[in-house]
Amino acid sequence: MSAGDSCHDLAADPSSAAKLDPAVRSTRHYVALVGPPNAGKTTLFNRLTGLRQKVANFPGVTVEYHVGKVRATSGREVFLIDLPGIYSLHPRSEDEEVTRDVLTGAKPDLGLPDAVVLILDATNLHRHLLLAAPILSLGLPTLVVLNMADDLAARGGSVDPAALAAQLGSPVALISAASGEGVDKVLQFLNGSSARPPATAKRVEFPILQDLPGCRRWAGQVGQQSGYNAPAPPLWTRRLDSLFLHPFIGPLTFLAVVVAVFQTIFSGAKPLMDGVETAIATSGNWIGAAIPDGVLRGFVIDGIWAGVGSVLIFLPQILLLFLFIGILEDSGYLARAALIADRTMALVGLQGKAFIPLLSAYACAVPAIMATRSIENKRDRLATILIAPFMTCSARLPIYLLVIAAFVPDQPLLGPLLGTQTAAMLGLYVLGFVAAIATAQLLRSTVLRRQQSVFVLELPPYRMPNIRSLFLRLYDRAVVFLKRAGTVILLVSACLWVLAHLPYENGQPAKLEQSYAGQIGHLVEPAIRPLGFNWKIGVGLITSLAAREVIIGTLGTIYGIENADKDSVSLQQALRQDLSPAAAASLLVFFAFAMQCFSTVAVVRRETGSWFWPSVQFIYMTVFAYLSAWGTYLFLNR
Amino acid sequence: MQLTFNKPTGTPATDSGSSLVDLRCGQTAVLELLEVPEDLGRRLMELGFFPGSDVVAAGCAPGGDPRVYRVDGSEIALRKETASLLKIQAGSIRTLVTTKSPSSHS
Repeated sequence: MSAGDSCHDLAADPSSAAKLDPAVRSTRHYVALVGPPNAGKTTLFNRLTGLRQKVANFPGVTVEYHVGKVRATSGREVFLIDLPGIYSLHPRSEDEEVTRDVLTGAKPDLGLPDAVVLILDATNLHRHLLLAAPILSLGLPTLVVLNMADDLAARGGSVDPAALAAQLGSPVALISAASGEGVDKVLQFLNGSSARPPATAKRVEFPILQDLPGCRRWAGQVGQQSGYNAPAPPLWTRRLDSLFLHPFIGPLTFLAVVVAVFQTIFSGAKPLMDGVETAIATSGNWIGAAIPDGVLRGFVIDGIWAGVGSVLIFLPQILLLFLFIGILEDSGYLARAALIADRTMALVGLQGKAFIPLLSAYACAVPAIMATRSIENKRDRLATILIAPFMTCSARLPIYLLVIAAFVPDQPLLGPLLGTQTAAMLGLYVLGFVAAIATAQLLRSTVLRRQQSVFVLELPPYRMPNIRSLFLRLYDRAVVFLKRAGTVILLVSACLWVLAHLPYENGQPAKLEQSYAGQIGHLVEPAIRPLGFNWKIGVGLITSLAAREVIIGTLGTIYGIENADKDSVSLQQALRQDLSPAAAASLLVFFAFAMQCFSTVAVVRRETGSWFWPSVQFIYMTVFAYLSAWGTYLFLNR
Repeated sequence: MQLTFNKPTGTPATDSGSSLVDLRCGQTAVLELLEVPEDLGRRLMELGFFPGSDVVAAGCAPGGDPRVYRVDGSEIALRKETASLLKIQAGSIRTLVTTKSPSSHS
């Protein structure tokens, strides 16, 4: 009965949930940011909170969202919660449910928000005002933000915010979140100086919420009385769509975009990678010079520095990939890609909307699996969760890049546009996609039989991606990556170095092959011998069970120890001595299909609510990876 | 609004079974009835598909399905199977002619 003993487990990040702790609720104000999808919510959120945001868990539910501390002008601490986009308070998907629950105070630990910021698209005011009726009827202090003011003006539309405020009985701010124009008005509201409705406010009669056509008529009247002059249609969007959705040019453009992204990741990132590599080598030398020759120096330089450094090199490429996916998402192109993909997805019983999480799974499966919450049909959602880890995530990039660079000679294939290395990389991406689709088909014909799902997708106008939002996303990603390099990979490298030097015999460390690490590698060698791997790769496979990129650090440490006496032998050269080309291909195939990622297992456990699906998924993917790698090796060694 | 109406085109839909699927690209019609389950109907209305609204067939994905419809200031993509459940008023199909002069939206 008592609310106090409700216990919810906090997710991996202990700092996350603290912000919404009921104990501190009385001294902190929290404000819910709501709006329909594509109203510019996240852009405003980023503008208001900048780097002072973090992912938090709502008490009692396993749903994570961004909470940010607002730049304060008064002494008060205000936290803004970025809620998932909604069309109404009638949820159709799980993330819409969360928004409704937070707004109605259905989360007992959280209570009602102190205030609401309702953000609407000023260029589509009539339809977006449909959401104003249910939100304002909640009776919470609400600021109505009309976003995209610059777009509205540019397309010849207009609205009178004061008249609208009088109509709605709530303050109204006309802003442009992208340019920052008018955002100070939102800050004023958040800091409490204009929380009251305008003095002229009369009692507002809201329509009956169940009567949607009635609500729409109400919205039309309110718009009219507020002098709303709808803007001209977005001509640029129509021009671009006639290109991007063209029967021939459309798919070709899509392909060209994808190829350009990968080519840039390969060639464009090269100088950056060289820079990082030089920085790591130089700093390693400095540190090496500061430590007396002996065990400790070997531990720091050949163990930790070689392990962590070999992973850090891939940061520029991973950030580039996230940058491209961010641009595709923020520009509105992703919705078109979902539209183009719908027919293909329908063949395997999925729908175009599943394409968006699947595409973001190219960056990382964890946010992708969380993004599946927007899929309304539960079986569709489960199927998407189960296939998402097959998509080639950025953690696979390091091993792919390393092996391809070591084994595929770089030759132009289609002039300067496409090189053999890029083609090999693209091939691996296609491989992951094909495995995902095949698995979806398998699910459909076995455990997840279902009727065709409904596909309803709004196509937002194309917009210039916001540099701030892109930067924040990259910053977020870099922090996650560096944290992992500084914790998991550092720890694995350190343990591995120790295991590779024990046991001591006659005061001398063991030879690598006779060390504990070597023994473990030899233990698994019989199992991986058919795939063409030796015991060193075996050690890498074991450590990379936690996270794929760890294999690079492990190999870095192993070869670092092995070649400690020689002048730096690059990982590529060392790998060429250890793997036959057929075994290299087999290694790539194994990494393409295996589910070597604790974070993904954990997030699937959370999102599906039990260990059943993550277990099935892990076993399925591992068996699939093993058999495919075996087949590849046999085929190439015929 | 940059769109003006022509006279109704030669073949007015006579059977009451006409739906959004029957619109060719650039044609518009008045929505009459949403023959869909309640929760889907609600979502479609939230997106602007009300009985009585003007709906414009704006385009389609390469391959012809899903279709894109312009309604109440937004563009919404629907599969043909869903669009075929959104019935239109008999004889309300018109062909739009695009002009360059912008004027206000009703």
